[in-house]
Amino acid sequence: MTALVDSLLILVLLLNFFSLGTTRVKALINGSAAQGVVIGFVALFSQGELTVETAVVAVSAVTLKGIVIPRLLLRALRDVRIRQNIEPFIDYVPSLLMGAVGSGLAILFANTLPLAPEHEGALLVPTSLSTVLTGFLLLTTRRKAISQVIGYLVLENGVFILGLTLVGAMPFLVELGVLLDLLVGIFVMGIMVNHIGREFSSLDTSRLAQLKEE
Amino acid sequence: MALALVLVPWCFAAVIFAIRGQRARPYLVAAGTLVQAILVLIALFLPEVTAIEGWLRLDALGRLVLGTTTVLLLATAVYLPAYLEQHPTKSNRGFCTCMMAFAGVVGLMTQAYHLGLLWVGLEASTLAVAPLIYFHRTPRSLEAVWKYLLIGSVGIALALFGSFLLGYAVLHGGGHPSLLLPDLVASAPRMSRPWLHAALLVLLVGYGTKMGLAPMHTWKPDAYGEAPGVAGALLAGAVTNCAFLAVLRVHRVAVAAGEADFARRPLLALGLLSMLVAGIFTVRQKDYKRLLAYSSVEHMGILAIGIGIGGGAVFGALLHMVNNALAKGTLFLTAGNLHRAFGSKSTDQVRGAIRRVPASAALLLAGFFAITGSPPFGPFLSELTIVGAAIDRGHILVAGTFLALLAAVFVGMGATMLAVVQGNADGTDSTPPVREPVALVAPAACLLCLVLLLGLHVPEPLAALLREAAAELDAP
Repeated sequence: MTALVDSLLILVLLLNFFSLGTTRVKALINGSAAQGVVIGFVALFSQGELTVETAVVAVSAVTLKGIVIPRLLLRALRDVRIRQNIEPFIDYVPSLLMGAVGSGLAILFANTLPLAPEHEGALLVPTSLSTVLTGFLLLTTRRKAISQVIGYLVLENGVFILGLTLVGAMPFLVELGVLLDLLVGIFVMGIMVNHIGREFSSLDTSRLAQLKEE
Repeated sequence: MALALVLVPWCFAAVIFAIRGQRARPYLVAAGTLVQAILVLIALFLPEVTAIEGWLRLDALGRLVLGTTTVLLLATAVYLPAYLEQHPTKSNRGFCTCMMAFAGVVGLMTQAYHLGLLWVGLEASTLAVAPLIYFHRTPRSLEAVWKYLLIGSVGIALALFGSFLLGYAVLHGGGHPSLLLPDLVASAPRMSRPWLHAALLVLLVGYGTKMGLAPMHTWKPDAYGEAPGVAGALLAGAVTNCAFLAVLRVHRVAVAAGEADFARRPLLALGLLSMLVAGIFTVRQKDYKRLLAYSSVEHMGILAIGIGIGGGAVFGALLHMVNNALAKGTLFLTAGNLHRAFGSKSTDQVRGAIRRVPASAALLLAGFFAITGSPPFGPFLSELTIVGAAIDRGHILVAGTFLALLAAVFVGMGATMLAVVQGNADGTDSTPPVREPVALVAPAACLLCLVLLLGLHVPEPLAALLREAAAELDAP
């Protein structure tokens, strides 16, 4: 089981790199969708024994992160009809490099952390750190409002992975509440993306610079 | 009872969302908030309010925040119908629904005894308030709401990360991870220290972002500046208090773990930094709504400092939380009136408001004196308590800086406020006074009266509640 979970987590790490390297917004959305699906499976297999509750959480995670949210974002993207390029503040190769160095450091750092015996040598904690880092990178270095939303989504994925180390800490209902909040949050952000697109004829957030101290 | 405090407002919100009557909605919000206020009043008198196996429990701290917020919600709900009448062409469906839903979220937040549930509540409050900021549908408000959403969401995601780290601290300490508050307090002494320390810092940054502590305050001037007065009052008086409540819940775990000293240092640092930032940016601030935002940053800093000092200052900080929420209600509601009367929020255009909107301008000025800690208003008493405790506990330097920064903010805010209220409108301003509907002035006046009363006398039931809540947050 651990081998399976670890290979899934490696997939999550690869998808982090994909998100940092891709030049198209659509591909970025699809990449985050794939990551959501993989994480749903990690949730299913990482808990040791399979219970109804983990299954429901995993299925909801896959449905929301893999299908519903990407569809919402793709629709927002179609409605605003913008150019497909991501146009980052920091170019793709440097951000990939930063992601790679960050992930390497996360793995090294996680090895020095005092982990519980069942997590030693496993990839759960380092993947979580690396994914959170990738989310931050996407949030801060991408210009378009929609790529920032995906940055938030990836960040949330990283937090979700860390949550998987805590079997039973998050009761089932709370877990679903977290997912629901995520969905509503992305929904509201999607609406705002739409308004930004209409108001400014672009999703470039560097145009959102009217409010500042004079 | 515990569930009713959450579900009743949500039922009202659903009805408000479903009906078509544009005119009826604000009155339904007022009615729903009144019903909620009655429920809260009953709950405050019940010895124990709990539900779902202790996930929801109304303790002293929760009662304090819930009671304060409900007073503020009631004032804004009375204000709302008259306010929306001024904007008859805009659809108020989203605005009214979100305001009503927010009342339920506050019920959830203040009773949440599980860190995950607390997180869900705070995230929901972030989302419920976002449409309120965007009410005017201008590019500026769009920018404000985007920053608010993005920074707030990242902060809150970090808070979830921190909650999991806290759970991991229990796991690594050999316990069964549970994020129920009593379990956390019980297992706190055995928690793994490195994980606990990491969790405390991440949680402070996460929930501190929602509070608007510097340097995570950058969304605040924009959001408060562009939001309508009603939304500003809710943001500055209710959302920030809910975030502060979350910080306090975490602090309680830190105290139980014997890590009070570790937890206090970053609180002190962020608190002083917040006051410093407010001190710098209130000087020569021309936009009076942004000015209020920096005042909010300052007061969140004061709250953090109060907890950071510990001892008697915790009592002072909790009292200050109540004072600040009520005073901010007065300030934002009256600032909204001025904004409408003048069509501007810059001192370049807004001068001599006392001649055009006498009641609102007078209340704004009184609110300014209240919030900056002038006697006999409540904040004077609570700030004095914090300074006294700081000196008592040997934080002489902190006390000195605290007083100097209070003075700096007073001067900076005073210059702008006096220009707005009295200022010379170059002698040619012959605009007759604008009619001020009672409903747009009375709520602010009532809140100000409460702040004044709290400065003269803290009623015994409130004092008992404050003592009980403070006792849990203070290491022996």
